[in-house]
Amino acid sequence: MSYTFDSREILQTIEMIDQQHLDVRTVTMGVSLLDCAGESMERCCEKVYDKICRKAENLVETGCAIEREFGIPIVNKRVSVSPISLVAAACEAEDYVPLALTLDRAAKTVGVNFIGGFSALCHKGFTESDRKLIVSLPQALTETELVCGSVNVGSTKAGINMDAVALMGRIIRETADIDPMGCAKLVVFCNAVEDNPFMAGAFHGVGEPECVINVGVSGPGVVAHALKACKGEPFDVVAETIKRTAFKITRMGQLVAREASRRLDVPFGVVDLSLAPTPAVGDSVAEILEIMGLETCGIHGTTAALALLNDAVKKGGVMASSHVGGLSGAFIPVSEDAGMIAAAEKGVLSMDKLEAMTCVCSVGLDMIAVPGDTSAATLSAVIADEAAIGMVNNKTTAVRLIPAVGKQVGERIDFGGLLGSAPVMPLHGGSSEEFVARGGRIPAPLHALKN
Amino acid sequence: MKAIVSVFAHDAKGITAYVTGLLAAQDVNILDISQTLMQEYFAMIMLVDLAECPLPFDELARWLREKGEERSLAVHIQRQDIFEAMHRI
Repeated sequence: MSYTFDSREILQTIEMIDQQHLDVRTVTMGVSLLDCAGESMERCCEKVYDKICRKAENLVETGCAIEREFGIPIVNKRVSVSPISLVAAACEAEDYVPLALTLDRAAKTVGVNFIGGFSALCHKGFTESDRKLIVSLPQALTETELVCGSVNVGSTKAGINMDAVALMGRIIRETADIDPMGCAKLVVFCNAVEDNPFMAGAFHGVGEPECVINVGVSGPGVVAHALKACKGEPFDVVAETIKRTAFKITRMGQLVAREASRRLDVPFGVVDLSLAPTPAVGDSVAEILEIMGLETCGIHGTTAALALLNDAVKKGGVMASSHVGGLSGAFIPVSEDAGMIAAAEKGVLSMDKLEAMTCVCSVGLDMIAVPGDTSAATLSAVIADEAAIGMVNNKTTAVRLIPAVGKQVGERIDFGGLLGSAPVMPLHGGSSEEFVARGGRIPAPLHALKN
Repeated sequence: MKAIVSVFAHDAKGITAYVTGLLAAQDVNILDISQTLMQEYFAMIMLVDLAECPLPFDELARWLREKGEERSLAVHIQRQDIFEAMHRI
């Protein structure tokens, strides 16, 4: 195919990368560890370490080479693995922390900056292994640097496992009491997806092949820049502009994914076309919503704006890639978005509004700092609310809350790096103890019966 | 392999001659050139063919960048795939 040279397009692309923060947010290699299962925890750890190191040996180097040759920043190289509660199910050991330490060691050896999959899927109920994994989470997440964990507590088909919801509130509480940073690496899901390349919720699902390359792109800055030229235009034009921009962003991800797959000789999985912000100035989803005409993200109109954005991103991106998957929508992680942080600090963006926003975008209540003394029951109740939204609306929702131990509303907690910093946000007072203590299962909704 | 060479500078004096000279020295064939003013910068974009260039890509990229820095120019080279992927259906 001959390429028709257009210098304006080239300059536009260069500007997107240099000034508008266009980048490939992550190239994530998914690795199945199901064949590492066995009775001996020690042997399992050995096999896990060896397999990850073998499969992901060239991941970082390949990512860097692609970066240099194509001129596309690839910000993160990561690994996701099979949910460890499945990998460890045959082990006779009670304690799963050795596996977390192994994952951490393997991640450091191959040079990635996060490894996801210290996870359990218990949307219908717990296995013994699920329980062991979950109770090891506080120690696992605070004693390792790079390990991310997740627990799926509900799905549209299964309903919500309220025992798991109650337990996870306590686990988050326990983790925060050791080190709140641990909570930044723990996601509680409803309708978790099997091929999400973003952390902390990434794991290599059971339906996935031996090894796969998934790519997450990002470009809130690019979308924001494109929308600045649409001042006063009707929403049709806004939607169309976002679509076209999302197309270009996703195409870049597709190119990188195909190239990484080819060089590593690993099948291409999906491009996750989510708009993922960073704390850097000009890389904010909140800013996009404000450019659409809202004085501050979080006021009335925010949910509608986000609904349009989320949908337009998908429509533009889906044409650009042969396989779109993961979460694919707009992310609203409070501590990772300069605009969100500012809106929360002003008291304009509230938990209730964020909850409404999770109905129309692709994540849930993500990277939100809450008062340090928040009870486990309240944490569980927040999880239950998010799970209900996900279950009823047939979408993924998640909760990543960080009790800012020792701090109250009006103060900030600092995570550093890509995880940013977060203002502590208020939660409603009053007790949900009795509600959470009931346990059992919230049944699946009627529309789950699709056959 | 086709690539895009982009050059950014504060002023245009002698740049075209200098950069095309660099490329000729490495047997890089220029297929198309475009020059424009981008805000206060002078920008030159070239479509080049690396088929006859003896240097590996990384080495060529580094050499061009260093040679560019000698004359206060930002010189980048990257494969043209990204532009084609992003701007063509």
